[in-house]
Amino acid sequence: MLVKLIRTAIIASAIIMTGMAQAASVKIGFVTTLTTPAGVIGEDMKNSVELALEHIGYKMGKLDVELIMEDDGFKPDIGKQKTDKLVKQDDVDFVAGYIWSHVLLASAKSVLDADKFLISANAGPSQIAGKRCDKNFFSTSWQNDQTPMAMGEYLNQVGVKSIYIMAPNYAAGKDMANGVESTFKGQVKGKDLTKWGADAQLDFSAELAKARASGAEALYVFYPGKAGGAFIKQYQQAGLQDKMPLYTVFTVDSIALPKLQKAGLSGVLGSKMTQEWSPDMKNQANERFVADYLKRHGKYPSFYGAQSYDAIMLIKSAVEATAGNLKDKDAIRKALMAANFDSVRGRYTYGSNHMPIQNFYLREVVADAEGRWTTKIIRTVYENHQDPHAKDCKM
Amino acid sequence: MNWLPASVSGRSYAALLLVLAAAPFILEWIDQPFYLDLLSRALILGIAAVSLNLILGFGGMVSLGHAAYIGIGAYCVGIPSYYDYYNGWLHMALALSVSASFALVTGAISLRTKGVYFIMITMAFSQMVYFTFLSLEEYGADDGLVIYSRSEFPAWLSMDSSTSLYYWIFAVLLLALFFTHRLVHARFGRVIVGAKFNEQRMQALGFNTYRYRLACYVISAMICSLAGMLFGNFTGFISPDMMGWARSGELIFMVIIGGVATLFGPLVGTLVFVLLEEFLSAITVYWHLIFGILLVALVLFGKGGIHGWLSRLDRKAADHG
Amino acid sequence: MDWNLLITQLMNGLQLGLLLFLLASGLTLIFGIMDFINLSHGSFYMIGAYFCGSIVAYTGSFLLGVVIGLVGVFIVGALVEWFIARKLYREDHLDHVLVTFGLILIFDTLVHLLWGASGMAIPLPDILNGRLTLGELVLPTYRLLIIFAGLLVAAILYFLVSKTRLGMLIRAGASNRGMVEALGININRLFLIVFALGAAMAGLAGMLIAPITEASIGMGNDIIIIAFVVVIVGGIGSVKGAFYAALIIGMIDTMSRSYLDLLLQLAMPDNYAETAAPALSAMLVYILMAGVLAFRPQGLFPPAGMKL
Repeated sequence: MLVKLIRTAIIASAIIMTGMAQAASVKIGFVTTLTTPAGVIGEDMKNSVELALEHIGYKMGKLDVELIMEDDGFKPDIGKQKTDKLVKQDDVDFVAGYIWSHVLLASAKSVLDADKFLISANAGPSQIAGKRCDKNFFSTSWQNDQTPMAMGEYLNQVGVKSIYIMAPNYAAGKDMANGVESTFKGQVKGKDLTKWGADAQLDFSAELAKARASGAEALYVFYPGKAGGAFIKQYQQAGLQDKMPLYTVFTVDSIALPKLQKAGLSGVLGSKMTQEWSPDMKNQANERFVADYLKRHGKYPSFYGAQSYDAIMLIKSAVEATAGNLKDKDAIRKALMAANFDSVRGRYTYGSNHMPIQNFYLREVVADAEGRWTTKIIRTVYENHQDPHAKDCKM
Repeated sequence: MNWLPASVSGRSYAALLLVLAAAPFILEWIDQPFYLDLLSRALILGIAAVSLNLILGFGGMVSLGHAAYIGIGAYCVGIPSYYDYYNGWLHMALALSVSASFALVTGAISLRTKGVYFIMITMAFSQMVYFTFLSLEEYGADDGLVIYSRSEFPAWLSMDSSTSLYYWIFAVLLLALFFTHRLVHARFGRVIVGAKFNEQRMQALGFNTYRYRLACYVISAMICSLAGMLFGNFTGFISPDMMGWARSGELIFMVIIGGVATLFGPLVGTLVFVLLEEFLSAITVYWHLIFGILLVALVLFGKGGIHGWLSRLDRKAADHG
Repeated sequence: MDWNLLITQLMNGLQLGLLLFLLASGLTLIFGIMDFINLSHGSFYMIGAYFCGSIVAYTGSFLLGVVIGLVGVFIVGALVEWFIARKLYREDHLDHVLVTFGLILIFDTLVHLLWGASGMAIPLPDILNGRLTLGELVLPTYRLLIIFAGLLVAAILYFLVSKTRLGMLIRAGASNRGMVEALGININRLFLIVFALGAAMAGLAGMLIAPITEASIGMGNDIIIIAFVVVIVGGIGSVKGAFYAALIIGMIDTMSRSYLDLLLQLAMPDNYAETAAPALSAMLVYILMAGVLAFRPQGLFPPAGMKL
């Protein structure tokens, strides 16, 4: 009885909700992580998407924009479930978002099989850039290998002779380690892949001791999320700032920095990372984005947010180029491929696998004029860099 | 109409099965095809819950590692598919044999313990499976493995479309229910249930309870691996996540919510769990709080789960009957 | 042989072991005396960290944070015992699992509501952020503090359990609860104290580790599984068992993380060793537990006279 009652209630409300769908609008589904501690990233993306929509007045050309946010709970099967809902029930025109590679890989098929457009605003697994590339997939972020490759190149450029690598033992962690090893010409004195997953290792005392003992010139790490904060703290407590300068990817960003600043972890100042964007980039689109974000939320946006903002602008450029004719998928695809919009990282072009060909910069953690900790671009490491998997894509 | 179930609970369950059988058509008619996905997922978990109930409910063996068999079943689809072997019978044979072997070995060790020790050791074994798959980089490790195409069966048995997969799941569920029913009412079942209540007496009667329990454990694992095989086909994606102890815990709850040691309890419990999860998460991001409160309230105030409630209705009806 | 590295790793193993002991001691007593499976024990770990963090943010004093935080967690533990656990002692283990899982969900979401989704970093006073340098050996001061605190609590607990009347009741209750009740002891008060004390110790562990890592939602849910392993290996109801088992497991975990890949490299190609080592070191703890359960299920140091 209870089961039937619940089910009838759900069906009834679903019927009511479908009835309220509008005709002349473009529907965008956005999948990100809103619960679990990683929800801070999703919050950044959500804020940026909403800011973007406000900047364009919730209109793309003549069409109203309807945004549906879904939470993947950091789990691939939930991400897929929510994606299925967006595709099958809400019948969205574009599906965007996806922080995590494994969630994207689990969900991609649902979108692409339905001949809908998939815009990744962060995840960049090699499969979707290479063998499994698809005509309806576009990225506004990067391919996972590029950022660590840029770091290896930078280390060569400044003459670092040896490094010690620490990263979590999962696919992205290994990618980050392999990426830097593929371009770094010096010696890798040691590599530690620490336990990851639900019971992730957050006490790095053992590995930091090994790193110090190895005599390497510098320390290269990848520790996303809360592991990043834990790592920086322990790095500082071990007194390594003066012995082994810190180079990171995807560890220190605008999400982690306010927390680190509040806790007084000055060990992070002066550390360096590579990324395709920084809040201090000087172009009109970025200055507007960062200033408004700062004003509204009291902190700098992160690269996750920047890429999400771009995703909305990319979609807008395509919708307007086809004068709102969402049914003409070929025209939309062509317009997306043209990437004819002012990205906050500056204009870029798409490779054959629909991954951006863009610059990568070396950023350093500094305090801005108001004393807030943020990142600043020091130099350009790669210009118009294309990811190494484009050759595997048969498009 | 004597063949109709007489009790309130019996009639409810019969009605439930009818609705489930007709679900694709009902959902098509009201134009909500997405809910077929939800039901499919719920019924797959229902098969797993029914299998768990066999050892947990009827046998009193609380396993906190049953999700490992869902994982094994799913990887038995995923790994062959990775090498482009899509034959459905191969997948099924692999799932059944691998899960049976693993259950035989781990069960033989685990069943030498009882109570909380059994809980812990089953959890330990499933964690070991979890970590093993986590380290298999070739098959995606924690990024998971994408399955690009479903298990292949002859055309009339194909599971390619959502509807046909749904009927596959429904059929396996009916088989699992039927099998459980026969098993429990046969002598085998009576030994298992008897051993739950008083093992010494059963042994005094000359039954080797250890062997019966081991057989029960292996059977339960095999049914669960079929759920895993269907799950792999349904999501098209497998990762070690699905075999963690928290997933095993969720299975236990589904069984308890519905009512342990009952035939339909696990199915009802799973449906309530999945639908509640879907419904609540649409309302608020903090739905875990409501869910937690419901769980606590259920244990403190609701004895016997949903089946217990239905049984009380049965008795009331009989009293007034 | 890098002696500095070895000594550092031994200290790290000791530190992890002592933290596990703080968690497991409460768990083993609650389990042994009240026969109550408390999956939400890890929530006390989390609550302790958050209480301490907030008080530190408010007062600037780490010491105050710990002291007030301990009182706070003790009260929360007492409330949980009074309103929920007490009603379920006579019930099935399944009910305990269900209810405490519900509690985990409730606590996790409450923390999310009160403190937000992102974690809380807990700043330490400068004196604790330094390090001790003995020749080439560098030991962060704070970790020495954790080891000291852990040993101190272990000593206090030892004294409590073996030399006081309360301790005698606890040991008796762990061995034979029925007898203690029959002797007319106010069993309700005993249970309340044990539960709340266990919660406070879990909270202390959380407060000690959070300044190194971070206070975050659900931080206790994963370490609690290891704590259960410690309880099983040590022997349910035995604080002595929890102590030794915690140290053993802390050492195994730390040492395998440091040296297992080197060991494996002797037997297999480097890149296999690299990925197998972390997986294997994670499994070692469970393999140990499975071994104990197979050959000595009552644990390494079970309470005297305990029935299995």
